[in-house]
Formats: sequence, structure tokens, C-alpha cells
Amino acid sequence: MHPDLPRPAPGPVEAPFWEWCRRHELRLQRCSDCGTFRFHPRPRCHACTSAAADWTPVAGTGTVASYTVLYPPVLPAFADRVPYNAVVVQLDEGPFMVSNLLGVDNEDLEVGMRVAVTFVDVDDEYALPQFRPVGAEAA
Amino acid sequence: MSAPDRIDVVSGRSAIAGIGETVYGKNLGRSELDLACEAIVAACADAGFPVQEVDGIVSYHIEQVSEEAIVHALGLENCSFMARTTSGGGGAASVVGLAAVAVASGQAESVIAFRARNRSKGASYGGDPNQGGRPWEKAGRAVSGGNQWHHPFGVASPTHEMALIARRHMALFGTTAEQFGTQSVAQRFHASHNPRAIMRTPITLDDWHNARMIADPIRLVDCSLENDGATAILVTTPERARDLPQPPVTVLAQAMGAGPIHVALADYFRTSSSFDERDFAGRHIARQLFARAGCTPADVDVAAIFDHFTMAVPLSLEQYGFCGLGEGGPMIESGATRWPDGALPVNTHGGSNGEGFIHGANHVPEAVRQIRGTSTCQVAGAEVALVTGAISDPAGAVLLGRG
Ligand SMILES: [Zn+2]
Repeated sequence: MHPDLPRPAPGPVEAPFWEWCRRHELRLQRCSDCGTFRFHPRPRCHACTSAAADWTPVAGTGTVASYTVLYPPVLPAFADRVPYNAVVVQLDEGPFMVSNLLGVDNEDLEVGMRVAVTFVDVDDEYALPQFRPVGAEAA
Repeated sequence: MSAPDRIDVVSGRSAIAGIGETVYGKNLGRSELDLACEAIVAACADAGFPVQEVDGIVSYHIEQVSEEAIVHALGLENCSFMARTTSGGGGAASVVGLAAVAVASGQAESVIAFRARNRSKGASYGGDPNQGGRPWEKAGRAVSGGNQWHHPFGVASPTHEMALIARRHMALFGTTAEQFGTQSVAQRFHASHNPRAIMRTPITLDDWHNARMIADPIRLVDCSLENDGATAILVTTPERARDLPQPPVTVLAQAMGAGPIHVALADYFRTSSSFDERDFAGRHIARQLFARAGCTPADVDVAAIFDHFTMAVPLSLEQYGFCGLGEGGPMIESGATRWPDGALPVNTHGGSNGEGFIHGANHVPEAVRQIRGTSTCQVAGAEVALVTGAISDPAGAVLLGRG
């Protein structure tokens, strides 16, 4: 692992997300009053302003809403990975996440691909939610 | 949502009397305060206006030069209005709007709006992440706030975030990367006429094709330059402006707004899966802006559009109502944004990939020159100019016109 690899330093509202990731579970805040999912974590529901929320399991499946392939300049910790992809995944529950798509050649990336989350352990304390293609597009 | 039926005391009730710019260049080796002072003194000189009669100072998000430092450095003893507006490059035009609000409402008579930058690649100036070099490279190993949702995935710079927006636009509307490239080529052509421009050699679409990819589909020549410099604008009352040597350039209207999509990368596309009117701030801003000015996009003769990346131009053309959603790319491809033949020349100074990047602030003097009739790519008979802030941020825009 590159010594400068960025690691999340979450505040209290955000910490549960990463703790669930460490346990290889994707959970999002869901408003206890109106049921709206939200990501990234925030203190209030953007639909109804309620502060009450439950960390609710989600399916972990979604669709690639956008992608890019990154070349230098990038963060130094990623310099030996270029060119690598980044994606925006729309989860089936609605929210969007920035992540990476594993197991796909850069030239095969497409908006609309179906994907599922996979957790990659960075170390004992931290796992990264990344995605792999599912269904017909699987490599 | 329709424009609120309120008495507008701002539109048409202030004017730009002076513009000041330092040289724009790489590694100038000067402090941001030094650069800011030079631009402010130059704006006052351009206006034939005594520096010490400036009684207001406004700036925008992440400006590193404090109002206090300017007051002390220039001996401003009558400063009675100081404020900042949001957000990142979104504030590039609304900082003039803020000055207009101060002047029109009588809180100050003559207000300086400014931006100073020391951001050349590799520059070591200053201790703040926003001074010297690339802020995202200084975020460190432990990333908090919004960065924790993208830095761990290797997504860090504005190029990366705008690449994700660009690709989404391409997928939804068939926009092509060459259309971004066509805007890049047009702006470099404009820059080739401009002695202030850092990049004065024009490029072709072949050159764009051969330029190195930074974040697919964004190539090097689609990106704003990394440079130093400062820009200042003097906004005063229409009455005072009429007594000064330059032809007054009226602030016809200003507007600000925020949409659900802005700089926080992880928050993209939060409430919508398409680029509908809720997505970016521009459409909300445009509705208010044109209503307040009493005109329409068809009345705009020339535009200075915030272009941290050229793909921001088609998105802005759509959001500000110059074409329909998804038609921004074809509009550029048609030549509409290229001087002298285009119907709406955009960034006639060469923009952020040609003249230089002062976080969009250098777009304002170009719009002023167009109304004065002194641009190096002058649009014949230009009467109305639009200046916008970054389409991806909470932002603002101003419409400028003849006094
Ligand atoms: Zn709710």
C-alpha cells in the first residue's frame, strides 16, 4: 500500500458508513420519517428535514451513471495505477456514489452497465466499497 | 418558480467605471496581496478615480487576501462595506453582483471587486491549501469532509469531477468530446489576438486530438491554465461613473443561485438522473437575471462564460437558455461561439485556457471591454454582455450593458 493512500477521517455523522463498510455491508442513512435514502451522510433528510435516520442495508446493486479514465496528474498514491477508472454509480435505492469499477477494461466502460458492490480490505480498519459488473456485461 | 414580484433596487443602478489587471503568467514570484494591490490601483487609474475614495471591498470564496490587508496596504480610510460571496469559481461574476448590491442600496459608493491568485503549478507560495500549486494534492492522507467520498477512489481534482459530468452529458445527449475541443480551439484563436493572453499560439482540432488526456474526455487544452495574477473591478454609482473618463458599463442585473448539483463530487446527481432544470444553478439564475434586466438570451451579444474546463461552456449555454438541453455541443460545433462570425462569441479574450485563469475574474474586464468597444476580438456594436460563474457550483451571473 502506498504510504500516502488517502484514508477516510470521518466525523460523527459519517463514521457509521465506514464502520459498516469495514464489516463488508453497504448501509445508507434512511429517513425514519419519510423513508428517503441519502448519501453521502448528512445530519438532515433533504426531502423533509428530519434528523431521524436509520443506517439501513441496501442491495448494493446499481447502474453506472457516468465514468472517466484518469491520467496524470493524479494524487501521488495513485500514480502507479494510471490509467484507472472512476465511476458514478446510481444505487437501485436512488443515491449516487463515486467509486471504481473492478474487472473491466477501460475501453469497455459504458454508462448504463449494471454493477454490484464489492468490498476491498485496505487494512484491518478500513474497506473500500468498489463495484464489479453483473449480468451480461460481466468480464 | 417565477421571479418574485419585488421592487428591484439593484438592476441598472450601478456601473463599472474601471478595470485593472496585472500581467497573467506562470510563477510571477509575487505575493497575492502585492498582485491584488496592483490590480486595484490599476482599476482606479483606468477609471480616473482616487484610490482612497474606495469605500467598499468585495471578494469571493477562497480568496486568500483579506479585506483588512487591502485596507492597510492602500490606506483606505473610508471603507464601509466588506463582504464575500460563494462559491469557488461560482462567485466569479456574482462578486460584481455583490458590489452592485452594495452601491445600488447605498451601503457604499465605490466598491472594488477583486481576485488574486498564486496558483502556478509547483509554486511554493503561501501556507494555505489554496495558495501555490494544487489544493487537492495537499489534502493529506486523512481525508475528511467531502473529500472522503472521492479521494480514496483516486478522484481528487476538479478535472476528475468535471470529466464525470462531461461523460454523463455525452451519454444522455450525444454530445461529443470534439465539441468541447471546438470550444478550446475557438478560445485559443481568440487568445491569439490578445496581448495579455498567456497562450497566444492558436491550435487546430488536430492539435486538440493530439493533446494529452487528463481525465477522459477532458484533454490538456480543455483545461484552465495554472497561473498567477490579479483582477480588479471598480463599481460605482451611475452618476459618478458618468463624470469619469471611461464610458460607463451598467450592471443591468445580477442574480445568484444554487442547484442540487455542485462541487461536492459525491453529491452529483443527487435528486435527478438527468440534466433537467433542477440540476445546475444556471437555469434558476438565468430566470431571475433576464427578468430583472428586462431582456432575453437573444439580446445578449457576447458572453464570458466560466470555463474551468471547456465542457462547462455547452452546459452553461443550455442552462442560461441560449439553446435547449443537449444542444450546447451542436451549438459550439456550428461555430456560434467563435468570433467574429458566431452569433454568440464566447470568451473573446481567450478564456481560461487562452488568456489565463484568475478563477474566472478575468472574464469581467473582457465583458467591459466589449461594451466599451475595445476588445481585441470586438463584437461589432456589442450592447449586452453576459458574465457567468462556474456552472458546477452555487453561482451567479451579471448582465452588463451600455451606460
Ligand atoms: Zn425525510
